[in-house]
Amino acid sequence: MMLSEKSIGSLISSFFKQIGALTFFAGHFFKEAIQPPYEFNELLKQCYSVGNRSLPLVSLTGFIIGLVLTLQTRPTLQEFGAVSWMPSMVGISIVREIGPVIIALICAGRVASGIGAELGSMRVTEQIDAMEVSGTNPFKFLVVTRITATTLMVPLLVIYGDVLALYGSFLVEHFKGDVSARLFFNQVFNALNFSDLIPAVIKSVFFGFAIGLVGCFKGYYCEKGTVGVGLAANTAVVMSSLLIFILDFIAVIISDIFYDL
Amino acid sequence: MKSLENIQEQHKEEQLETNDAIIIVEDLEKSFASNHVLNGFNMKLFSGENLVIMGKSGSGKSVMIKCLIGLMKPDRGVINIMGKDIVHLDQSSLDELRADIGFLFQGSALYDSMTVRENLEFPLRRHRERFGKNIEVDHMVLEALESVGLAHTVDLMPGELSGGMQRRVALARTLIMKPKIIFYDEPTSGLDPITSKEIIVLMKKIQQQYKTSALIITHDVDCARVISDRMILLVDGVNYAEGTYQELIKVDDPKVKAFFK
Repeated sequence: MMLSEKSIGSLISSFFKQIGALTFFAGHFFKEAIQPPYEFNELLKQCYSVGNRSLPLVSLTGFIIGLVLTLQTRPTLQEFGAVSWMPSMVGISIVREIGPVIIALICAGRVASGIGAELGSMRVTEQIDAMEVSGTNPFKFLVVTRITATTLMVPLLVIYGDVLALYGSFLVEHFKGDVSARLFFNQVFNALNFSDLIPAVIKSVFFGFAIGLVGCFKGYYCEKGTVGVGLAANTAVVMSSLLIFILDFIAVIISDIFYDL
Repeated sequence: MKSLENIQEQHKEEQLETNDAIIIVEDLEKSFASNHVLNGFNMKLFSGENLVIMGKSGSGKSVMIKCLIGLMKPDRGVINIMGKDIVHLDQSSLDELRADIGFLFQGSALYDSMTVRENLEFPLRRHRERFGKNIEVDHMVLEALESVGLAHTVDLMPGELSGGMQRRVALARTLIMKPKIIFYDEPTSGLDPITSKEIIVLMKKIQQQYKTSALIITHDVDCARVISDRMILLVDGVNYAEGTYQELIKVDDPKVKAFFK
């Protein structure tokens, strides 16, 4: 009994230590990000890596989300004679919630683990130390560029994923309900307001920041050799996915307050 | 057989007579929690000298060299390199000083996402102005690679090179800055005997060609025999014995003898 109380205590203490260290890491990021010199070439390279290389996965996922959501919802709406509401419903749910969260989770799996493993392996093979010895600030070169790249690219990937999800939904409606593209997308855009788009984009920015931050944090402070690299990649995915849900919850509460106003 | 005390006394007198020490370390202490790694380590490196620090695994050799290059902060002690107090130096001055010090990492620490050329160009990013306005980077890269006999690998990735070749490219990366001192952290570890011999010969050649001083950390007796002008045996974080290879192998002390078995 005493042992389990102790282990719970140490778990809670380790959780808060992690949160503290992550907050400190984020503070360090902002400090280094505003100070010159700026690593533009490396930033572009990282944007390419995060954005372009995630495209196939985001494309497939986005398209399937739209297809599945429409296929699953159609029979229920048909029962109530509300099939005509399908484009509006799918549009709002994809743009406001499903698109940003699912695409961010996909990026957490691909990007956060990749960053965690890459920086972790650089740490254990002393490449980060070599960088420091050569007079380059490794935090600025490796961390600032990666976090900035995920913060910029995840919202773009979310928008791209949303478009493909809507296209997938349209294909189902077209083949099952003989709905034209013009009618479908007219209904989607009639149902959507800026108050749907802007909070979704803003929270995608935070999702991107969280993915980069956690991936870099876990990789940069990786220990225990190759085992540590695997652990860094693994915990980066778990922690960034958890952060995405927490941030989503906060975003929903805040946007609800604005809707009420 | 000479006693250990006689040799130590003789070397102290010689050092008092010589004033051209470029590295002075006094009473260096470093602990990790309750693990006292360095317990008052002292050493001097003289201009043009090859000083070998030998010790068993875990005796604090790597921690000591990382304190010297500023990758770790010692708990106590003085580290003076070319007249500058490393412990209290600000980041910018430390980076400037590091340009005069080459560091060959134990596992080579080549940046595996960059080509050999990019690896060698990397240290020049921060210190380009040292070589004047008309700096010819390509020429410098090829010159450094030629001095280790690997000019043909310039466009290869580190993963395409053997362990020995990686070590030589890492050596070329330290040479591109034309350092005054080179730190070697286990230069022959993980290499087969023939490749180890090649690296040792190369280290000798480089010292003659570039007129550098070298601090070599190793537990390879053959490496120490060939390369050292003077040796320090590190036991439990303190210098246990000091002298030339020929002097130390004749010492009748069980701990010293254990090194040369």
